[in-house]
Amino acid sequence: MSKLEVTPGMFSNAEVRPSWKTSIVLGAFSLLVLFAFGFFGKPGDVTYNLSNKGDIFSVPDIVVASTFANIVFGSLMLAITAISVWRTIQGKRTPSWLTLIAGLIGATALLGWLAAGNTVPVSFILGSAIVLAVPIILGGLGGLMSERVGVVNIAIEGQLLTGAFMAAVVGTVTHNLWFGLIAAMVASAILSMALASLAIKYLVDQIIIGVLINVLVIGITNFLYSQWLASAGEEANFPGTFDIISIPYLSGLPIIGPALFEARITVYLTFILVPLVWFVLFRTKLGLRARAVGEHPTAADTVGINVGRTRFWWVTIGGAIAGLGGAALTIGNVGAFGREMSGGLGFIALAVVILGRWQPFYVSAAALLFGFAIILRVWANGVAPGIPTDFITMVPYLVTLIAVAGFAGKVRAPAASGQPYIKG
Amino acid sequence: MSEDNKLLKEIMSGSPLRITLSVLLGFIIGSIFMAVFNENVVATYASFFSSPGTTFQVAGQTIVDGYVALFNGSIINLSADNPVSMFRPITETLRLAAPLIMAGLGVALGFRVGLFNVGGTGQLIMGLLGATWISTRFDLPWGLHMVVALIVAIIFAGATGGLVGFLKAKTGAHEVIVTIMLNYVAIDLFTFFLRTPSLLLEHGGGGNPKSDPPALTAQFPRLLGDSFGLNIGIILAIVAAVVYWWLMERSTIGYRFRMVGHNANAARAAGISVERTYVWAMAASAAFIGLAAANQGLSATSGLTSSIHANIGFDAITVALLGGSRARGVVVAGLVFGAFKAGSPTMQILGVSPEVLGIVQALIVLFIAAPPLIRAIFRLPKAEVK
Repeated sequence: MSKLEVTPGMFSNAEVRPSWKTSIVLGAFSLLVLFAFGFFGKPGDVTYNLSNKGDIFSVPDIVVASTFANIVFGSLMLAITAISVWRTIQGKRTPSWLTLIAGLIGATALLGWLAAGNTVPVSFILGSAIVLAVPIILGGLGGLMSERVGVVNIAIEGQLLTGAFMAAVVGTVTHNLWFGLIAAMVASAILSMALASLAIKYLVDQIIIGVLINVLVIGITNFLYSQWLASAGEEANFPGTFDIISIPYLSGLPIIGPALFEARITVYLTFILVPLVWFVLFRTKLGLRARAVGEHPTAADTVGINVGRTRFWWVTIGGAIAGLGGAALTIGNVGAFGREMSGGLGFIALAVVILGRWQPFYVSAAALLFGFAIILRVWANGVAPGIPTDFITMVPYLVTLIAVAGFAGKVRAPAASGQPYIKG
Repeated sequence: MSEDNKLLKEIMSGSPLRITLSVLLGFIIGSIFMAVFNENVVATYASFFSSPGTTFQVAGQTIVDGYVALFNGSIINLSADNPVSMFRPITETLRLAAPLIMAGLGVALGFRVGLFNVGGTGQLIMGLLGATWISTRFDLPWGLHMVVALIVAIIFAGATGGLVGFLKAKTGAHEVIVTIMLNYVAIDLFTFFLRTPSLLLEHGGGGNPKSDPPALTAQFPRLLGDSFGLNIGIILAIVAAVVYWWLMERSTIGYRFRMVGHNANAARAAGISVERTYVWAMAASAAFIGLAAANQGLSATSGLTSSIHANIGFDAITVALLGGSRARGVVVAGLVFGAFKAGSPTMQILGVSPEVLGIVQALIVLFIAAPPLIRAIFRLPKAEVK
């Protein structure tokens, strides 16, 4: 007789005491930057291109020796490591934003090392990273909303793929991208209802059902693609993309202007949804109830919260948001549906939820890391041929591994995540 | 015993009636997809209201043609004019079923210890890396070369799985996340090896990451001569199933595995080290997948690319679920999905996209894994679970 163990804190152990792991990992990366990119880095000047020509506030390019810049970056990271060590000695945790800043410095150092003797188009890289991160962020938000109420959602991949497919097809057939967007959200929400009712009402193992939904959606979209879209591309799979909207004044800012304020509607919707989900989850009665259901369903039930219904709607709305993420893949970026075009982003979103500790803002930051890694591979191939880009692509996955295994001491999942609730 | 446990038992035990209904329903829904989107059927939609009969007739014909093609492509080609092409389909089914059975056994082993091994792809790739390294970069006598490559593949994959078990035991990291991440890491690592001349890149190769074909001394021997692709892989798969059966049902370590899967707390109370069991179980699970890796790497006759993993790692999950994690069930499930793979090209020729089988496959397992669903559809009474 076999049994899949579904335990509280589905993906990681729950512990709260501060550990040395953060400091050790930070220190290792600092030394890597200081020595590999700095002292023993590649010779040559690197140009950090901070603003486009047409910008209102034109900032001159920064030209600096690659090795010198990275020695500075490495030292800064060492300083952050020192703070982390000091806090751990005092028995306090290293704040996440500090780790994030260290990561950001490390990423900039990597760019400078790769582009020795070349130019780093900072706002282009940042902007592309955001566009690529949008499906991961939205998928992550969907997963987060579902796990916060205690339903593990492995089906993010399927939700993204459904959204991408529906957005492309409905957008093409109706000649209206907004219909495509709505169809993507509705279809993905319906899919999530299936997941939710199987998990909540029929108590089917949540992980198995998630995996199977993925397999089913991949099967259906592959079939429809090869049997229908491949031959009828013009009529069914040619939606185009949303126009790029430039926000006046703001888009003229250096660095962040072109990256944040010259984007498609899907990106702006993401900017709105992330704080919105955070606000609802942590600042409203609705969110409090949802979290109660995810942490202690029995207690929530006792005070009169309908556990099943709460779970059902949070999973469904989360699914709609993930569907929007799928739409961002087609009508928000590429402009057509391709076979299995989500390509594992849903699984990355799953990891991002844990990496971001079930907090919308941290989840988005973690998703950006992956977006950054994707664009970095493309860009690094052009600017620094010969560098094994396979290892660069590997970095976010390794970071996730380190985070899940190494930082486990600090990660705490919603306690009832993955547990069906049976009213007793 | 909680409600939850009863349900999982129900999934794994699987009454014959429910399995039959699941398979039937899977094929019926697959037929609908097949018919509705077929070109010939679509052409009749314009005149649907004037002559709906035509539409249904064409649709019916499409479905029949599709399944006949599946049969011809996977069992016996009835329209063939010579015995070789007549019987090749069934040998192809066996050839394609072999890695599915091997990897399916691996995932099944995980299930029975309460571990969900989604890392088949990564473990398969690591096994391939080992097998390809031995089979293209070493000179060994015939036979020995193959055995060494096989063992190295199993060790590489097994070590990858053991690492997952170790991380789970030591840090509590969930195996689903760890294995998914390792999948990507393994693919990148393999691509790097394939790209690097001093590692695995083919001799005189261009820019594409591709290896040499495995040395003739390391290739799996063929069973039925050169006109059939069938090799000893299927025999190894059957042997693996027997080993799996003995390991899980008869050996002491299998008893420990099952006990931890059944109730980890009780196992711990009985003096079993649950942590150590996780490490060994993940390693054993991945070792079976390593065998599938050897099968993929050593039955190839041309150079390997990273796509050689052929999604077997994920298909293995559905095989294990359909097979109820039992040795015999996994063999049967592997054969069924192997037949699906073998029949695909024949269906393609007829203009029926074989991708429809992906839908059928997913639906069958979905219905089997969700007993309440099939009960609700057919209004079956709730099964008694002892």
